[in-house]
Amino acid sequence: MSERILIEGNEAVALALKLIDPDVVAAYPITPATEVVQKFAEYVADGEVVTEFVAVESEHSAMSACIGASTAGGRVMTATSSQGLGLMWEMLYIAASLRRPITMAVANRALSGNINIHCDHSDTMGARDAGWIHLFSENTQEIFDNMIQAVRIAEHPDVRLPVMVCYDGFVISHAREVIESLSKEEVQSFVGKHKASLSLLDLEPKTVGPLDLQDYYFEHKRSQAEAYKAVPGVIEAVGQEFGKAFGRSYAQVEEYNMDGAEVALVALGSTNGTIKDVVDGMNESGKKVGLLKIRAFRPFPAELVRASLSKVKAVGVFDRSMTFGGWGNPLFTEIRSAMYGTSGNGCCCGPCIPILDRVYGLGGREISMAEIEQYADEVLAVAKGEQVELIDYIGVR
Amino acid sequence: MSKIRPDASWKELPEGGIIPEGGTSATFKTGDWRSERPVWNGESCIHCLTCWINCPDSSILVVDQKMTGIDYDHCKGCGICASVCPPKVNAITMVTE
Repeated sequence: MSERILIEGNEAVALALKLIDPDVVAAYPITPATEVVQKFAEYVADGEVVTEFVAVESEHSAMSACIGASTAGGRVMTATSSQGLGLMWEMLYIAASLRRPITMAVANRALSGNINIHCDHSDTMGARDAGWIHLFSENTQEIFDNMIQAVRIAEHPDVRLPVMVCYDGFVISHAREVIESLSKEEVQSFVGKHKASLSLLDLEPKTVGPLDLQDYYFEHKRSQAEAYKAVPGVIEAVGQEFGKAFGRSYAQVEEYNMDGAEVALVALGSTNGTIKDVVDGMNESGKKVGLLKIRAFRPFPAELVRASLSKVKAVGVFDRSMTFGGWGNPLFTEIRSAMYGTSGNGCCCGPCIPILDRVYGLGGREISMAEIEQYADEVLAVAKGEQVELIDYIGVR
Repeated sequence: MSKIRPDASWKELPEGGIIPEGGTSATFKTGDWRSERPVWNGESCIHCLTCWINCPDSSILVVDQKMTGIDYDHCKGCGICASVCPPKVNAITMVTE
């Protein structure tokens, strides 16, 4: 019984939370995710959910409370952004290490300094090594759908890892879009009952978070690394099942007009929507440009990326964050690493195609369709042998 | 769940490094951290148990409300017991290991 509704991105997250009706939400409001917490607090006050809402005094406490509630055996969710995610930093690692299936919505926002409240991906990219699963959303429909799927992915018995659902601050969080909503019964039947693993409330004594020195720590990290191998299959299976149930399927990546494409653009988040329009226009005028949208950034779908991008002659990556002093930026380094030297013997036996990196949109700077087209033209020229700057910027003065 | 052996591989460890039993700190011998050892004189001890209340590692051994000795497997040698022992009694002295 899906219903078409006009809704803001943040409200769509709050609505998903309401329909999931988790045991505990511990959250602290921060721009541009404030309305998630504000709207959900209304649902709690109006008795529309049974959730225990914990109004904490900081994001560090929010994530700590989430870890505690999850360890007690509850289904737990939260939301944050930017500096808030930064303040959670040490607890993010603990959530993943303890295999707590917490789901968190993150409205992507620039990190200080200087102070900026607008979109880029610096916040979640800073947390890319913490052990969370990262799903990026292109639009409001995808946030809503991702939030619901994230619960299933996180709690899958082969996974049991925390998931962050990323969506571009203001660009999506504050934009009103028409989405197809779902009923509480539909969402409840999709997410199912929460089954806690190694819970403190199952009456068997346990020691959680013990001292872990030279003798065991390495083995624990090794076993944690193994958990991520099951994630791609689960993301695909849950995405398929969601499609069967509600008509919208999801995968780790989405190819757009890649059949016969000569070059490919690669991006995360809402920019994919704009790129799709540009690709349509360029295809109409005979320019063979395709798009590879990355939905799952962690674990990184290296094999799918390699299979998709091996078909083209050059690649243009969009990075909405920077690795200062690194060689190339977060998405670029993942793509390059996936594409080159794949046999493990160190030689360059990958597809060896030119891959460009362009940093754009920092601190909410708009990117225009003309700028995207100009970049695509540059990638087309590189495919024909032209030399350009490998790592550069779009839209900076 | 069987005891986790020191040679267990990563495949044998419980998920999330969570130990599926309680009270496991008893098996973790912290006594070798000690640089000074508390030595107890049972003859001058008045069994006031001030050391037992203050010991942060539960290393003062007590049977039937009487102190019987010190658990050197877990005592880290902090010296609190010697310091809180009433001066007139002075039943615990710290000795370099």
